[in-house]
Amino acid sequence: MIITKKKDFSKILEYLKGRDRVYLFGCNSCAEQCETGGEREVKAMAELLEKQGKKITGSSIPDETCYSMLIKKHFREDKNAIEKTDAFLVLACGAGVKAVADAAGDEKPAFPALDSLYLANVTRYGHFFEGCSLCGDCVLGETGGICPHTQCPKGLLNGPCGGMANGKCEVNMENDCAWILIYKRLKAQGRLGALKRIASPKDYSNGVKPRTVVVESRIKK
Amino acid sequence: MHTLKDSLSSKKFTITAEICPPKGTDVSDFLKKAQLLKDKIAAANVTDNQRAVMRLSSLACSVLLLKQGLDPVFQMTCRDRNRIAIQSDIMGAWTLGVKNILALSGDHVSFGDHREAKAVFDLDSVQLVQVINKLNSGTNMKETPLKGGTGFFIGAVVAPEAEPWEPEMIKFEKKIEAGARFFQTQAIYDIDKFHKFYEYARKFDVKILGGILLLKSAKMAHFLNTNVPGVTVPKHLIDELEKAKDQLEKGIEIAARQVKELKKFCDGAHIMAIGQEESVVKIIEGAG
Repeated sequence: MIITKKKDFSKILEYLKGRDRVYLFGCNSCAEQCETGGEREVKAMAELLEKQGKKITGSSIPDETCYSMLIKKHFREDKNAIEKTDAFLVLACGAGVKAVADAAGDEKPAFPALDSLYLANVTRYGHFFEGCSLCGDCVLGETGGICPHTQCPKGLLNGPCGGMANGKCEVNMENDCAWILIYKRLKAQGRLGALKRIASPKDYSNGVKPRTVVVESRIKK
Repeated sequence: MHTLKDSLSSKKFTITAEICPPKGTDVSDFLKKAQLLKDKIAAANVTDNQRAVMRLSSLACSVLLLKQGLDPVFQMTCRDRNRIAIQSDIMGAWTLGVKNILALSGDHVSFGDHREAKAVFDLDSVQLVQVINKLNSGTNMKETPLKGGTGFFIGAVVAPEAEPWEPEMIKFEKKIEAGARFFQTQAIYDIDKFHKFYEYARKFDVKILGGILLLKSAKMAHFLNTNVPGVTVPKHLIDELEKAKDQLEKGIEIAARQVKELKKFCDGAHIMAIGQEESVVKIIEGAG
C-alpha cells in the first residue's frame, strides 16, 4: 500500500490560482484506506474549493487511479465535463497524479493534493509501517525478513551503529534498532552466521530511474 | 614526526586526542590547540562534521596538523559522500601526507544543523574499512588497479558498553576482518566491563585505545545521557561532579583517573574533550 498525506490547503489554492473550474480525482485503493482520497475526502475537498469560489466540473474515484488506461477511459466517458475544466486536482499518490496528468495532456494541468510517502505494511487497521524501500537489490533473505535499508535510518548493512542504546535507535529512541531486531530473529532461527558475513555495498544499478517492467506473457498479440 | 603507528607498535601507552575543526575558515584557534597538544599526544583525531554539524573539512584540517608536526588521524564518515567521493578523498588525503584514517558510520543528519540534507550512507563503516584496505592494496573497490595506491594505518570504532553486546561484537570482528588495525572506543565509564572487553579483544591483532570523554559539568553529563546516542554517564560520576566546587576541575580529575586505570592494562587512551582541548594536557599530567 502507498501511504499519502494531505498537502496544506494553501498550497492547493496556490496551484489553482486563476483556474476556477476544477475536476477532482480520488482513488478507491490506497488513498481511500489512508483517508486522504476516498469518497469522503473528495467530497470535503469539493466543498472547501466551492467556498473559495471554485466550480467543481466533476469528480471521479477510480478503483485504482494509477491505472493509466482506466484514467484515459474515464476521460473519454466524461468528455463534456472535462472540456469545461481548467485544472485537475488529484487526491491520490504520485502515480495517480501522473496518470491524470498524462491523460489531460499538454493543455490542462493536473496538481497533487497529497504528498506520497512510502510503501507500507498494514500492521493493524489504520496503522501503516514502512517495511520496504523498493531498492531493487533485496537483502531480506540474509536479514530475517527485516529490511535494514528501510528500518535503519542510515540503511547500514553490517550491524548496529554506535548510537544504538538498549536495543533502541539513536534517531528515534521510540523505535527499535533494526539491527537488534534482525539479530534476535536470526539468533532464534540459528542463523547468526548470516550476520557474521560482511555484506557488500548495495548495488544501486538496479535502481536507475525511471524503471520499467514489461511482462511479455501479458501482452496481447 | 612521531607517528601513531610507531607509538602503538613500540607497545608504550599511547594517547590520542580529538581536535574539532572550526565552523569557518579562521584556523588560528585550531592551530593553537595543535601546538598545545603536539608534544603531549601521539596523534590527533580530526572529526568529520561531527554530530552532522557543518565545519571545516577533516581532510584540510588533517593536512594543517601535519604541517604543525602533529600526526593526524583523518576521520571519515559515510554520511556525506558516496563511494566515488569517499575513495577520491581518501586517496587525496594520502597524497597530501596523511597516514592514519578512522572509518565511522557518522551521526545521522537529523542531529545536526542541516536537517533537510540527504543522508548518504552509500557505504557503512565495515564496508568503508574494506574500501580503504582495497586502496591500500593498490586497487579501487571494484578491484581495478590504481596508478599508485595508499598505505593507511586503518582504524575503526567500537562501543564496548553496547547493550546488547553480541551484535556489536560481531560488527567489531567484521571490522577486523575488513582490515582495521586499531580501535578507538566510544566513551567508557565501567572500567571492569572495559577490562573484560580488552581481554577478549587482545585475541586479535589489533590495538585498542579506550575512549575517555571529558565531563565538563554535571549539566553536560545529563545532556549526554539524554541527547547523545550510546553514551551513559553513571550516576556516581554525576554526583561527584555535582558536589564539586569547580566542576570542570573535577571532570579533569575523573578523566585523569580513568586514563590512569587504562594505563594498567590497555594499549592507550583516546581523549575527547570537545572544545576543551586545553584540558587534555591537564588530564595527561594528572594521569601521571
